[in-house]
Amino acid sequence: MDILLSQLFTGLSIGSVLLLVALGLAIIYGAMGVINLAHGEFVMLGAYATWLLQSTLGLSLLPCLFLVFLMVAAAGWAVERTVVRFLYRRPLDTILATWGVGIMLQQAVRLAAGADLRYVETPNPLSGSIDLAGVAIPSYRLFVLAFAAALLGVTWFVVQRTEFGMKLRAVTQNREMASCTGIDSARVFSLTFAFGSGLAGLAGALVAPIKSVAPDMGTNFVVDAFMVVVVGGVGSLFGTVASSGLLGGGTAGFAFLLNDTLAKALVFLGVIVLVRFRPQGLFAATGRR
Amino acid sequence: MTLTRRHFLKSAAIAGAAGTAASPQFWIKNSGMAWAAGKEIKVGVLFSLTGTTAVVEKSLHNATLMAIDEINASGGINGMKVVPVIEDPASDPATFAEKANKLVLNDRCATVFGSYTSASRKAVLPVFEKRKNLYWYPTLYEGRECSKSVIYTGAVPNQQQKEFIPWLVRNFGKRFYLVGSNYIYPKEENNVCKILLKELGGEVVGEEYVPLGHSEFGSVLNKFRETKPDVIFSTVVGDSVIALHKQYKAAGFSPDRMPMASLTTSEVEIAAMGGEYAAGHFTSAPYFMGHESAENAAFIEGYQRRFGKDSVTHFVSEAAYFQVHLFRQAVEKLGTGDITPTNIRDAAGGQEIKAPQGRVKVDADTLHCYLWPKIGQAQANGQFKVIQQSADWVKPEPYWAYPGLSCTRDGLKGA
Repeated sequence: MDILLSQLFTGLSIGSVLLLVALGLAIIYGAMGVINLAHGEFVMLGAYATWLLQSTLGLSLLPCLFLVFLMVAAAGWAVERTVVRFLYRRPLDTILATWGVGIMLQQAVRLAAGADLRYVETPNPLSGSIDLAGVAIPSYRLFVLAFAAALLGVTWFVVQRTEFGMKLRAVTQNREMASCTGIDSARVFSLTFAFGSGLAGLAGALVAPIKSVAPDMGTNFVVDAFMVVVVGGVGSLFGTVASSGLLGGGTAGFAFLLNDTLAKALVFLGVIVLVRFRPQGLFAATGRR
Repeated sequence: MTLTRRHFLKSAAIAGAAGTAASPQFWIKNSGMAWAAGKEIKVGVLFSLTGTTAVVEKSLHNATLMAIDEINASGGINGMKVVPVIEDPASDPATFAEKANKLVLNDRCATVFGSYTSASRKAVLPVFEKRKNLYWYPTLYEGRECSKSVIYTGAVPNQQQKEFIPWLVRNFGKRFYLVGSNYIYPKEENNVCKILLKELGGEVVGEEYVPLGHSEFGSVLNKFRETKPDVIFSTVVGDSVIALHKQYKAAGFSPDRMPMASLTTSEVEIAAMGGEYAAGHFTSAPYFMGHESAENAAFIEGYQRRFGKDSVTHFVSEAAYFQVHLFRQAVEKLGTGDITPTNIRDAAGGQEIKAPQGRVKVDADTLHCYLWPKIGQAQANGQFKVIQQSADWVKPEPYWAYPGLSCTRDGLKGA
């Protein structure tokens, strides 16, 4: 029973990390249709920004988060302005361009911060574990879970309930038409890209205390993030949540019953089968695209 | 067909051209040159300065160059200056092989120091065997190799485990959980561990391999919770070590009751995770930065003076350092005209040297080294406290887990 509970929690916490990483991508890919292969590098930038703030200014993790969001969002905005915006009508070139940007970011960080693994401290009150129905739950994992849920709420609110979100949805549905009604679609896209990058940066800041911080840490994240978005269905926030939970739970479950190596293979197999029979993903957004 | 004059001339010309082309002198400049010419002896330094394993390999590169510096500062070897030829194989086994070829053929290096991973060693092995050159490999590894073109200065499983496992059983208990990264090294180490445990009446309650670079240990930790082992025997490598230690602590486990016993966690990994996560866990290795000896104090002082006062030394960089001094001793025994890679190898067999870990010796049969295994407990300050050292140096037995097979002077014997 205990084991079942802690296993359930493990699944949820893997899912929450997936959700954090995929949320930014879901926005960028879902709303703008840009396949951003540099997404993992924005996660990495977030982790390094946290390390930088922590080691130079001595800030603890929580106050870092807001600054990290702004810093990585700014980086995302710059990338959109200088590279991505010229390629909206050439999706294949975007893949190549963002991949190149990713490599450049990786090498830039390697040159600036060195190739050494860095570490980010877990904030003290969250470093232990708490007892929940007889099961020891790492408090930091619980915090990450709560934070992911909160970010999801914020993102949903921004997209569904603000004027910016309304413009974004309009541009997503039909860019020309939206421009005709006076929406500055270029600005909407820049801000969306910045917002998505900022979310990736937050994900990096939050996973840094659990994992190690290295220049090539983004590579794994970008694969996971795409898997979540593709399974969930492009353009569907709810789908992203559902598929993070599903993939997290699946990975944790198989890993417990078998082992981590097989779990990874089985989850990939499941995704391939799903995409074969339901290429639009579990919860595809309805509407004209 | 009758042989006409014209035919004959034509074929002779072709054969002649082919003959010139086939001799190495035609293709490779310098290949006729002596191994040590003009008061210089060239050695290759082949550690990755870029790519995934660059973090560790950079420290091996540094330790090697530091030893070369020391040798040259004290007048070289029999008056010859040691000239390092540096190549960056970029953490890629294929590039390792390519650069090894270049060092051996174009640069005429009499010896090459290099490699951290087994994959890269396996990639360069054919080059050194074919060209009858000599490779010096500093990393602890899984054993089961008996090349006559490599001198191995790191530990093999019997050296790291033979005292460690009984000590763990005595102090913590007989139930072991084996967790490692999914490749050859952890599997071979676990083979040895299982044999030792069986002799001691111990029990393996779980054996688990995670993908390289794995960073989600939630499910593995739940298995620890369920099976309640006395000891977690870890051969997880790289970034995964950091994730495992951090998540272990966050899950509320304590090293007092269920310590992790590792063969791979060194000062480098601890620096990257923060000392509080490693504190209390154990590692077995021939060298720790915290080992107290005059040689080690000098090694650390020299290393930190060159590479920054925060830089750490560890069980692989120590071997990378002392193996260059072993090389010097071997070459000192040879006359200038006798210097060839094969002669250096033969002279190296039986050489002894006072290394930072203690007195080490190259075993003439296996070309592995007699080493001083130690058990270290990680402290919150990032260092290991040496809590036990073997009473005597331990003979290397690369085929320990394979009865009937033994590595001899003439190669692998038995079965």
